[in-house]
Amino acid sequence: MKVDVEAPYRTRIRQALEDTDVRSAVNRAMGQLAERRERAVGAIDNERMRVDARAAREGAIRQLPNLLEEVERTLTENGSVVHWARDAGEANRIVVEIARARGVQSAVKSKSMVTEEIHLNKALEAAGIDVVETDLGEYIIQLADEPPSHLVAPVIHKRAEDISELFQERLGMEPSLDAAVMCDTARQVLRQRFLTADMGISGCNFAIAETGTVCLITNEGNGRMVTSLPPVHVVIAGIEKVVATPEDALLLWQAASRNATGQDVSVYFSMSSGPRRAGHPDGPEEMHVILLDNGRTRVLESGYADALLCIRCGACLDVCPVYREIGGHAYGATPYSGPIGSILTPLMADDMGATKDLPFASSLCGSCRDACPVRIDLPRLLLELRSEIVAEGQTSMAESATVKGLTLPMLGPRRYRWATRVAQRFGRLLGAASGYLSWLPPPLSAWTRSRVFPRPAAKTFRELWRDK
Amino acid sequence: MTKAAGEPARSATSRLRLPGVMLYPMLDPTHQPAGRKPRVALFVTCIVDVMYPDVGMAAVSLLGEHGADVVFPEGQTCCGQPAFNSGRRPDARKIAVGFLDVFGPLVESGEVDAIVAPSGSCVAMVRHSYEILLAEARPKVRERAHRLAECTYELTEYLVDVLGVDSTDGRSDQRITYHACCHLLRDLGVDRQPRLLLEGLRDEEVIDLEGADECCGFGGMFALWNADISTEMGRRKARHLEASGADVVAVADVGCMTHMNGILTRDGHRCRAVHVAELLAKSDDSPS
Repeated sequence: MKVDVEAPYRTRIRQALEDTDVRSAVNRAMGQLAERRERAVGAIDNERMRVDARAAREGAIRQLPNLLEEVERTLTENGSVVHWARDAGEANRIVVEIARARGVQSAVKSKSMVTEEIHLNKALEAAGIDVVETDLGEYIIQLADEPPSHLVAPVIHKRAEDISELFQERLGMEPSLDAAVMCDTARQVLRQRFLTADMGISGCNFAIAETGTVCLITNEGNGRMVTSLPPVHVVIAGIEKVVATPEDALLLWQAASRNATGQDVSVYFSMSSGPRRAGHPDGPEEMHVILLDNGRTRVLESGYADALLCIRCGACLDVCPVYREIGGHAYGATPYSGPIGSILTPLMADDMGATKDLPFASSLCGSCRDACPVRIDLPRLLLELRSEIVAEGQTSMAESATVKGLTLPMLGPRRYRWATRVAQRFGRLLGAASGYLSWLPPPLSAWTRSRVFPRPAAKTFRELWRDK
Repeated sequence: MTKAAGEPARSATSRLRLPGVMLYPMLDPTHQPAGRKPRVALFVTCIVDVMYPDVGMAAVSLLGEHGADVVFPEGQTCCGQPAFNSGRRPDARKIAVGFLDVFGPLVESGEVDAIVAPSGSCVAMVRHSYEILLAEARPKVRERAHRLAECTYELTEYLVDVLGVDSTDGRSDQRITYHACCHLLRDLGVDRQPRLLLEGLRDEEVIDLEGADECCGFGGMFALWNADISTEMGRRKARHLEASGADVVAVADVGCMTHMNGILTRDGHRCRAVHVAELLAKSDDSPS
């Protein structure tokens, strides 16, 4: 069954685990992604790259206000128009206004998580503007009317069969499972759109403060066409995307490429420094850069600055044993899934309560921390969020009672001895000859529904120690 | 030395300095004068105490066989990890302070040289998480936590790195593989030590396990709150174990062991998870 991203957490998880087609697709793709990534980071001094990449990102976030002022100045000097947007609504309004002023009827987009975050496509469609995604994966999910399920590989939850079926239905493709045939079908449509679009919309991997340059990492070349063919180019960039220098951007490009797709560097790295100038043969006539907050300042101020170091490479998703089982849609109506999504989504949400389950959806295995190219200590941030959620009284009574029940006996040796005895009695009462219990009362029944539990030992260690 | 009137308050470092005498900080907290047996306080951990006392006894005999004197402070309960990982820091803090009160005096008086636990996860809690949990505690509590963090070891880590053990008396005829528990591997960086000791159990090598360093899905309370995801992760581990052909998978954390056996038993797999201490300490070959 398909995951309804708007459904409550428990429903989403159930739907995700029941969807065997999606699970096998995710499983296979994750295996390949993880292997490619491992090979790419294994080929270099990865620890050194991680230290350098973190330093570049940390430096940028530390001096964020200064760098934002600088990038506003340099972008403007280069001829771009800089806009500031407090939230999704403001950002969408700005894009629509730019479009209206230029009489835009059709727009092409390159892959951008931030536009998924603000649901830009919906806003454009509501304003009567025809918008098409030009990244192949994004194009597929746009046709399927689904949100992306992975930061880098938005369509990772679909099998080739699913995509073929979709193309036959929507694009009139002849039945085929050949990737080349499917790509060609999409290309036929997209080429035409590039040539006729009135506006190109992109995200931003890095905004270089020193030079006023917007950088895009892509592999299909669509990003370059989006940023250079249409007469208007609109960039939407989260304010945390700013970096100090071109050197920092090039370093982070390598870190992102190796970790996102297992490449030395991506096929394309597009650097846009303003609209076409006198004497330039091509390029957009207008370039707009919208710097978007949408909760980021709050993340910074609430002590989670580390989460803003993220370069959206998806490495933490690729190594996450939880993501591998449930896929991206189980994380809900957010483009940010996996470990980093479980941190960013609640932090950026206006109401943390609605996403309070996400920080608990982790076994805290630490794989994400070891993989992260900017060394974000993700388990630690998850733990911080958990304690905040508990302190705010957002957890259910049942959860609170269970944890209390299991931890209060630990507060002193006497309670501990008492609780131990209760456990032993209880074990004897329910005890099977096998030494395993296959039934426990709620809430411990969550364990025994799928697993047996051992019976407490007849004598505790401390009793054995005393008898020694 | 009495404090002279009007003398400014001294910082912790300046207190070390006496006129004309330089006190050198100790570089190796485990260094022993020749001839003195290392003394170890066993932190048996709550789950081992109640569920798996044999693991605790195996740890005691391993430490004893390899030259350490073991004491068991009876006031101990738990490190506080379940509360900490559930986001219940005030409770976790109280439990952690209880741990420090039980083990602190033993270490500070020199009565023991180290605290050893048969669990990577609990050691990681003491070594890394106390610093976060107790960041705003009184300086004395923080100092004590810091001191204990330095001398708390996981069992195989202590045996190999401190006692210099490279093989034990344990023997086994079973086909053994090894699952690297997450906190042991990634928080403590301990992997070589248990593998080295397991290699001594039999002539054949420890069987390679696909995805040996992938989480088994336990994750403490995660196994309850997200039981379905946890189970799926455990089933994946069980499939890998089945494919490895091993009779026994050695682990160094009883939480992971409980989870893996819960699934292996329920789903009718042959392989069983056994704590490394039990494998290393005994020579009979029945899995417990």
